[in-house]
Amino acid sequence: MFTYTLPILVIPALMFIFLGLMDNKFKPMTSGILGTIGLGIVAILSYIAAYDYFFSVGLIDGIYQKIIAFNFEWLKITEHLHIDLGILLDPISVMMLVVISTVSLMVHIYSFGYMNGERGFQRYYALLSLFTFSMLGLVVATNIFQMYIFWELVGVSSYSLIGFYYTKKSAIAASKKAFIVTRFADFFFLVGILLVSFYSETFDFISLTNPENNELIMKTAGLSFLGISVLSWGMMLIFMGGVGKSAMLPFHIWLPDAMEGPTPVSALIHAATMVVAGVFLVARLFPVYYLGTPEVLTIIAYIGAITSLFAAIVACTQTDIKRVLAFSTISQIAYMITSLGVSGLAGHEGLGYMASMFHLFTHAFFKALLFLGAGAVIHAVHSNEMSAMGGLNKYLKITNITFLIACLAIAGIPPFSGFFSKDEILVAAFHSDKILFACLYFCAGLTAFYMFRLYFNIFWNDNNKEYEHTPHEAPFVMTFPLIFLATLTCVCGFIPFSHYVSADAMPFETHINWAIASASIGVALIGIGIATKMYFKKSEIPDKVADTVKGLYTSAYHKFYFDEIWVFVTKRIIFEGISRPIAWFDRHVVDGFMNGLSWTTNFVSQKTKNLQSGLVQDYVTIFIGGALVIVLIMILI
Amino acid sequence: MDLSNYLLMRQEMSLLLVFLILIIYDLFSNDKAKNWFHFSACSLWFIHTVCGFLFPITGQSFAGMFVNGDIEIMTKNILNIGVLIIFLQSYSWLKKEDTAFKRGEFFMLVLITLFGMYLMISARNFILFFIGLETASLPVATLVAFDKYKHNSAEAGAKFILTAVFSSVIMLFGLSLLYGNCGTLYFEDIATTISSPSNLLILALTFVLTGLFFKLSLVPFHLWTADVYEGAPTNVTSYLSTISKGAAVFALMVFLYRVFGNLFEQWNIILWWIIAITITVGNIFAIRQNNFKRFLAFSSISQAGYIVLAVFIGTAQGMGASIYYILVYVVSNLAAFGVANAIENATGKINISDYNGLYKTNPNLSIVLMLAMFSLGGIPPTAGFFSKFFVFTAVAEQHEYVLLFIALLNTVISLYYYLLVVKALFINANEAPIEKFKTDWYAKISFIICLIGIFSIGFASYIYEYINSISFGI
Repeated sequence: MFTYTLPILVIPALMFIFLGLMDNKFKPMTSGILGTIGLGIVAILSYIAAYDYFFSVGLIDGIYQKIIAFNFEWLKITEHLHIDLGILLDPISVMMLVVISTVSLMVHIYSFGYMNGERGFQRYYALLSLFTFSMLGLVVATNIFQMYIFWELVGVSSYSLIGFYYTKKSAIAASKKAFIVTRFADFFFLVGILLVSFYSETFDFISLTNPENNELIMKTAGLSFLGISVLSWGMMLIFMGGVGKSAMLPFHIWLPDAMEGPTPVSALIHAATMVVAGVFLVARLFPVYYLGTPEVLTIIAYIGAITSLFAAIVACTQTDIKRVLAFSTISQIAYMITSLGVSGLAGHEGLGYMASMFHLFTHAFFKALLFLGAGAVIHAVHSNEMSAMGGLNKYLKITNITFLIACLAIAGIPPFSGFFSKDEILVAAFHSDKILFACLYFCAGLTAFYMFRLYFNIFWNDNNKEYEHTPHEAPFVMTFPLIFLATLTCVCGFIPFSHYVSADAMPFETHINWAIASASIGVALIGIGIATKMYFKKSEIPDKVADTVKGLYTSAYHKFYFDEIWVFVTKRIIFEGISRPIAWFDRHVVDGFMNGLSWTTNFVSQKTKNLQSGLVQDYVTIFIGGALVIVLIMILI
Repeated sequence: MDLSNYLLMRQEMSLLLVFLILIIYDLFSNDKAKNWFHFSACSLWFIHTVCGFLFPITGQSFAGMFVNGDIEIMTKNILNIGVLIIFLQSYSWLKKEDTAFKRGEFFMLVLITLFGMYLMISARNFILFFIGLETASLPVATLVAFDKYKHNSAEAGAKFILTAVFSSVIMLFGLSLLYGNCGTLYFEDIATTISSPSNLLILALTFVLTGLFFKLSLVPFHLWTADVYEGAPTNVTSYLSTISKGAAVFALMVFLYRVFGNLFEQWNIILWWIIAITITVGNIFAIRQNNFKRFLAFSSISQAGYIVLAVFIGTAQGMGASIYYILVYVVSNLAAFGVANAIENATGKINISDYNGLYKTNPNLSIVLMLAMFSLGGIPPTAGFFSKFFVFTAVAEQHEYVLLFIALLNTVISLYYYLLVVKALFINANEAPIEKFKTDWYAKISFIICLIGIFSIGFASYIYEYINSISFGI
């Protein structure tokens, strides 16, 4: 039935190999067009799959089935434990297919304009295909090991995309940072996988997450390590992988730097797809978390809430527009994580789960829109700094409007999509934990504030600014994705999401809770109001405010010194305290042994070379002597 | 007369048929027709090799003197492949003016010695075995001295025949002692007769095994190897170092477990030491060599040590590993010799220092040689890695950890000198590297066969599984 979903994976993979091998054989445009056509097909197939799944096949007896569209047993370890490669279709994976292929397609089209004339245009498209392939493979994974494989592929391809401008030092540093930090987190993920699969004896998602199958919980019952149950350890370690990819505290440090990559890449990787991998991971294993380790779920919720607040505060102080967006992404992803953390499993209890997925869905489009809009701005003024901008509403009409729509959406103003999903998250948090709710609620206000700070600083403030080159609107290939995504942002909030995605795969009804909704609109409007007052026109207020809360401002501006802490931990403690002694041991003891070996060998070889005299008489003497010695030894022993 | 006995010997018969056809071709054809001689010989041999795979037959004949089992057929097939590669590689050497007129003889001699090896493999009686051994040894001396006008070649031939005859004599002496002791020359009968070790038996055992140790050039019976390998024409050297060792290893396996199984206690400790010393000495001497053929001679001594190590383990797994090792060793070593041969024929150079900077002028040959070195050294993913790996697993399973440690240590040393060659090819600078030259098509085909072997034998797991399933244990 769903065999046509196989090309969704195969086309981008082949496209990567093909474009990658052909590299400079093609004209840049040819590779771009080929890549885009390939992705167009993938997108169409994803839409067909989504339509088939949600409207004709998926729903049986009121439950959305998990369908294995394709499976190939790759590596058999034991009878039950085998690594498969396959395609699993269920509500969240189908939804992710749609999100990824749509955003990726938009980015492909947009890049024609943005990357036009760049060196390595072909390589860029090849890498985009690789990334899309890895991300698609990750979401349709049938088992946790396949997910891990694609998880790493995502890491590699994002590494090469962030470092796309490989002649730029900062880009290289950023790509290395992103790779090492996420890889470090992935290490915990792998340990977690091994731990969990050791007890569950399966990698398979379907049997792992089957609520009736509590074998895993039974087997690990009573086993604990350092006072924490083994299952909690495993699930916590798995979540650590998600913390790395989704840039939660304290592994968030790579995401702001990753903005060194081309802007469309940021839109694809750091807004819509790769960073939500952690959210997806938790959602995928949600029944295990909920039934087996509710305490881990609570930790997840709190990590999310703290990250969300932290990132929102930092975002208020940044001046590089892409960094503002980066921190806003961290904040929004943390929203989703929190929402998962407060969710229950069945029916209306599972509101948080559904809200999280809903927010993932809407956020992907409006955040991609924000990044692509920022790309258009950067394209026009050739700078990332707010100080180089202002008054651009006169020049960039379409960008201005679409950017405003996205800002309204992320601020949570109806009828834009962000309002609906954010409202559900707030409701879920309100019903579960008042502290989390307060945290998220405050964040919602901050979000509105910093987004409009960004918006006004780019498009309004300083209306009479003189530009060296008059900024001009981006070409149609760039504005088309903006318009398309803006349209999606306007309409997709009205999708009755709970009919399609829910924690127990059973559709349920949701209604907007107007009490909380009006409160959240209120706080958003306050945030927008303050931003208008401070940034709509040139004024002294921002500096004054910064002066009054000087301590907070500077530390927020320096991202609360997280980078410095990490540098301290790695350089001072790990490098000097641990690595250096190990290096010494390696150099002197291990190498010393090897050197001794070579010295001895040489010495012996020098001393014994006379045995090989070249005289047959000697040879024969040694021959018979050897034989006799052997005889003697045998007889005497 | 019952002809079915001969039916069992179909591989031997087919070999003799090829032999006869080639003799007649060589004797009665004019110069023009002789241009096709090499091609015909190679194709005939190819057909023979394929038939060996396609029409196996098992059983025993001549009252149990001659046995053909799956493992014997497998070993013969491996040797066939090796000989095919050698035939292919010998084209440009045999085309030369001073060898062209006797090119037929090269094929005759190789084939007749191979016939002797077939007998060595299948023999279950010492008379038949000894005939095989002699057939496989004496003509080799002629081969070694093939370039008789070259001083080196003649000297090597003389050294070989002297030492070979000497070892044959010792072995024959051992056989006569054995016969005196047991009153029979059939393997099975001897095995049942031997119950407790006597001094006479030990003398017989040592002398009989010595003959094989000589062929395998295990220390201290290895001294002839370097001189002969260096002096002999390169194709003959490659034949000596791979094919004739393959047959001897198999015979050793049969001797140790089928004949002297009851003297396990006695030969076990001796073999342990011989293996440890052989691997080490081969390595230590290989490091010092500049002449590439001498270098390969010592490397092959060390490799033989690994093969015998697998034999020594004696489980079915160990024996499977040893046959498998031979297969891998044949393709890897022949690839290395093939390159040396091609270079020698084109330029006359044979020293490792001459190879400096070869990659710049002859990249393809350099890559073949590099892969051959990797495979001999046991670097994954080449087949050499897998063969060493299986041997070491077999050793570890029998808890021979000290021997395993010695073997592993030597693998490290061997990597060093194999990589020296690779370094010469790719890294060492050279003002006047060997100039670019063309390799003939025969040699190219042989390289392709070798490379396919180097890459596929390790990954095609069923090869190993098949060998393992047919090998016999203690």
